[in-house]
Amino acid sequence: MTLTARLLGFKTFRHGVHPPEWKDETSRLAIRQFPFAPVLIVPLVQHMGKPSVPEVREGQEVVRGQRLARPDGFMSVSMHAPASGVVRRIGLAPSISGRMVPAVYLEPFPGSTQEVQEGKPCPLDTATPDEIVDAVQDAGVVGLGGAAFPTHVKLRFREGEYVDTLIINGVECEPYLTTDHRVMLEQSDDLFRGVRYLLKVTGAERAIVGVEANKRDAYEHLRAGLPEDLPATVELLQVKYPQGAEKMLIAALLGREVPSGGLPLHVHALCVNVATTAEIGRLLPYGRGIQERVITITGPAVRKKGNYKIPIGTPLRFLLEEVGVDERVDRVFLGGPMMGASASSLDIPITKGTSGVVAFTGAESERTHRKVYPCIRCGYCVEACPIFLDPSRLGLLALNDEHQRMAEEHNLMDCFECGSCSFVCPSHIPLVQQFRVAKAAVRKARAVSPPLDPPKGTAS
Amino acid sequence: MKGSGVILEIRTSPHILSGHSVDTIMFNVVLALLPVTAFAVYAFGLTAFLTLAMALAACVATEHLVCRLSGKPSTVGDYSAVITGLLYGLTLPPGLPLWMTAAGGVIAVGIGKMLFGGLGYNPLNPALVGRAVLQASFPAAMTSWVPGMTAERFVTVPSSLLAWPFSQPVYDGVSGATPLAQWKFEHIASATADLALGFTSGSTGETSALLILLGGAYLIARNMMSWRVPAAIFATVAAASGVLHLVNPERYASPVFMLFSGGLMLGAVFMATDMVGSPMTRLGTVLYGVLIGLLVVVIRTWGGMPEGVMYAILLGNAVTPHFDRQIRPKVYGTRERKGAQG
Repeated sequence: MTLTARLLGFKTFRHGVHPPEWKDETSRLAIRQFPFAPVLIVPLVQHMGKPSVPEVREGQEVVRGQRLARPDGFMSVSMHAPASGVVRRIGLAPSISGRMVPAVYLEPFPGSTQEVQEGKPCPLDTATPDEIVDAVQDAGVVGLGGAAFPTHVKLRFREGEYVDTLIINGVECEPYLTTDHRVMLEQSDDLFRGVRYLLKVTGAERAIVGVEANKRDAYEHLRAGLPEDLPATVELLQVKYPQGAEKMLIAALLGREVPSGGLPLHVHALCVNVATTAEIGRLLPYGRGIQERVITITGPAVRKKGNYKIPIGTPLRFLLEEVGVDERVDRVFLGGPMMGASASSLDIPITKGTSGVVAFTGAESERTHRKVYPCIRCGYCVEACPIFLDPSRLGLLALNDEHQRMAEEHNLMDCFECGSCSFVCPSHIPLVQQFRVAKAAVRKARAVSPPLDPPKGTAS
Repeated sequence: MKGSGVILEIRTSPHILSGHSVDTIMFNVVLALLPVTAFAVYAFGLTAFLTLAMALAACVATEHLVCRLSGKPSTVGDYSAVITGLLYGLTLPPGLPLWMTAAGGVIAVGIGKMLFGGLGYNPLNPALVGRAVLQASFPAAMTSWVPGMTAERFVTVPSSLLAWPFSQPVYDGVSGATPLAQWKFEHIASATADLALGFTSGSTGETSALLILLGGAYLIARNMMSWRVPAAIFATVAAASGVLHLVNPERYASPVFMLFSGGLMLGAVFMATDMVGSPMTRLGTVLYGVLIGLLVVVIRTWGGMPEGVMYAILLGNAVTPHFDRQIRPKVYGTRERKGAQG
């Protein structure tokens, strides 16, 4: 905890950066429903893990909320129809990674209703922890903060593992994004119900909702609405990027360090995003699945900025046409500006992991087209890295492709690509990009010849 | 968007930058040096102006020329050669023959910087490399001080300034000894106010401590300089000389005198803080400052010369890679499993 944080009384982690926030334009705008696109493209891999197995055939009529695909094993989730309509095609569709992925093309009926088909309810009072885990998987719940990791996988522990503190992540440290902010303000009842489900399934003694100080209204709203019988607190955190990262949030709230290569579970904590928690609280009592999610559409090139509830599978092109885009637009990315990925095509659909769509004009992009200077050893990156790596040294090693040395001597694999080093670098060295390349090379090398000793942290 | 021919650019994250840039940082260092430079010209007149102009020209021209000769685009636009030129000029005694100033400038940038690969790769502060070479080559000229604040300083220059290369420069009039030399060889302490304001003999830019601190405060406020380096140097010099002064006030100068005399202010604020030559971790910068502070006191007190800031910083630069190698912050999650119990 830094001195300033201690003086202010707000908790935080050490190091990190303070990018401008740009949240004011959308943070006060209530969530609005987005119309259906003429064709919705529902990819069968919207999560980390195995693709789901389609249960519908081409030409079949489906009802909104009907299951389109079932999970293929434990590292997989269900997919549900975002609208009533006809399955036109099951085939490949472009994805944000640039890879083609299997997807269901769904043509909504004109005037498709908002009615939702209900499945098998999972009542809070009677369901066992195992039933809740299954229900979360059946509802297709993945981390909505952006990682899209199947949530139910985090909820099942091995022998001897336990969680004492459930952390509900309402940090939203990425600039521009205000989805979690609006969810906390508008869906607090769902959120609290979700917390009850999660407390029950994990057996945690307490829950902490972490909110950054730039969302004081959400903090106050949650505190005011907190049910008395819920063993939960809401904590205000100092505004700092990347506090929303699990490792940083656990350090900020609990003062614990997740071991290198390990999971929050190894320090008896579990982090779940607020939107994910609210989704669990809303879906499980009725046995529904995820059909839509809240997304912030913003950026200087967007005309009708706002927070929208958008059907999963809405193509990016339709979305941008609907909100209106400045013709000087030259960059569109999914997620926030620190970790978001550039859209390589406008035909990619919105998936469960998309937390925002940000569009820049040339004026913003210009600022990142900066001349690359040699490293002047200013040490800004060393002060920024929340993992306490030495990005400067790693960057110099990357120039010589010394990938193994980066991993073995300088903890390259602990980098989670938050972008803080690149953000502060006055020489504009593309550090994070160099580290991505190096990490991929190390993973490839390890796959070919695994190291004799198991990596640190996984042995516990 | 349809058919409007919009071309989207694909880049990797992060999509925003903090706005700090090498050239803006360097430019701000130049800005921070301007008051000191202006005072140098005010105090020493035409002499200082010509010395500074020659130093600047030699440094910038050398960088430009080396870049051209090696077939690379010129790097003078990043302002780092300007800083080197200014700092180098500010550390020279006024009245130093201009040809020596030029030769030192060529050495500063040519050997101190470009030979190692240019900006970011120089292990030692280039300005001090140039000065050190002059100090070793022309010890007499480098310790001949023209007094400042003379009445005719804006109309005449000392004849030594325009001496022909390799001729013996002639020093007219009485050359004022620096406060440090006066203390070292005659045990006369100067008034603190004169030291702080700069009304003493000395190198062109080393005399006004207040203006130097002002420039440093500006850079620290803009997060373009580590405050730990000067703070550690000042604290160490004050502590070490304070102890000595308590032991024997006759023989050892007071801490205030030590802090405000000679090149300590300029060196601690503008040269020891050079990002390229200083460590990158917080602990590293503090230890680096302590080392420089100790060396300054040791050289000034027991060394053969009255002043030791230059060598102290150069030695500090030389040790920097070791600080960075030995002091590495503990990577998150690699601590012993103590926190695991919660």
